[in-house]
Amino acid sequence: MMLRVFVTLKPSVLDPQGMTIQKTLAGLGYSQVEEVRQGKYFEIRWAGDLSAREERDKVETIVARVLSNPVIEGYRIEWPQEIPA
Amino acid sequence: MKTGVVVFPGSNCDHDTYHVLKHVLGTDARFIWHGDAHLHDCDVIVLPGGFSYGDYLRTGAIARFSPVMQAVKEFARRGGFVLGICNGFQILQEAGLLPGAMLRNRGLKFICRPVDLRAERTDLAFTRAYEPGQVLRMPIAHNEGSFYVSPEELNHLERNGRVVLRYSSPSGEVCDAANPNGSLNNIAALINEEGNVMGMMPHPERASELCLGSEDGKGIFVSLLKAVESKNPRIQESKNGPRGLSFLNS
Repeated sequence: MMLRVFVTLKPSVLDPQGMTIQKTLAGLGYSQVEEVRQGKYFEIRWAGDLSAREERDKVETIVARVLSNPVIEGYRIEWPQEIPA
Repeated sequence: MKTGVVVFPGSNCDHDTYHVLKHVLGTDARFIWHGDAHLHDCDVIVLPGGFSYGDYLRTGAIARFSPVMQAVKEFARRGGFVLGICNGFQILQEAGLLPGAMLRNRGLKFICRPVDLRAERTDLAFTRAYEPGQVLRMPIAHNEGSFYVSPEELNHLERNGRVVLRYSSPSGEVCDAANPNGSLNNIAALINEEGNVMGMMPHPERASELCLGSEDGKGIFVSLLKAVESKNPRIQESKNGPRGLSFLNS
């Protein structure tokens, strides 16, 4: 099963990379781009049944403790479509 | 005194640190491989600078799970002295031994140059060789050195005197112009609550000999040497291979 993970800086954390991208896009004439926040994206192939609660807890643990740093980052997990959120 | 320099894949200041500990300070220095599960009775453990695991995922994020880090945590818990320099500081943060995280420098550039640092704490095992408010010149070399914690945690750190060094002007003025990377409150070095784990972004091992332009960093290692000696008088008495502190605590 494939799941997707998005890790982004918390809103309170300054993102100089995102700001630079936004300024560059504005300079190219795309004034509609108000803000850019840069983050990380992971695709994970999971050899297990994600409809089981324990399996989903393991994913949650990995994402919260390894893939993201709770001091500066938040995350969102996109579960396979057949799994209820 | 036995000192250990942990070597991770991608560490690149390990030999400089070893050189200072062994040849400048004259301690019984050794390298400790990241896969080792024990610390060979060392009195002081240094996590050196570099790019452990290529900085993959986040700086220090992978190194934190090395077998040696379990031993370092246990060593720190028992009161052993741990110094994290640059990437070593980042690893200590990821391991939860020091608070906060390092963000990308605000100027988005890797910065490699000498900076001035004001000593805020000179009563610590790591800093007793310095005078209060002394301004130290040491190089920094990092891409992710912008110190960040939540406002509540920052307040807590400040109120409890956990800031050891701040980026300053040559005269010791702490201002934004002297902040190279955007660190909150110009923080360059932090101590843990117990006073035995310190992390610093500047490189004292690159400023421990006059021929390198400054020996302001040497005081960190000299302070540690004295702290270990006073903690364990047997080390002072015996010149030949005293055992580490670990057996005292076990």
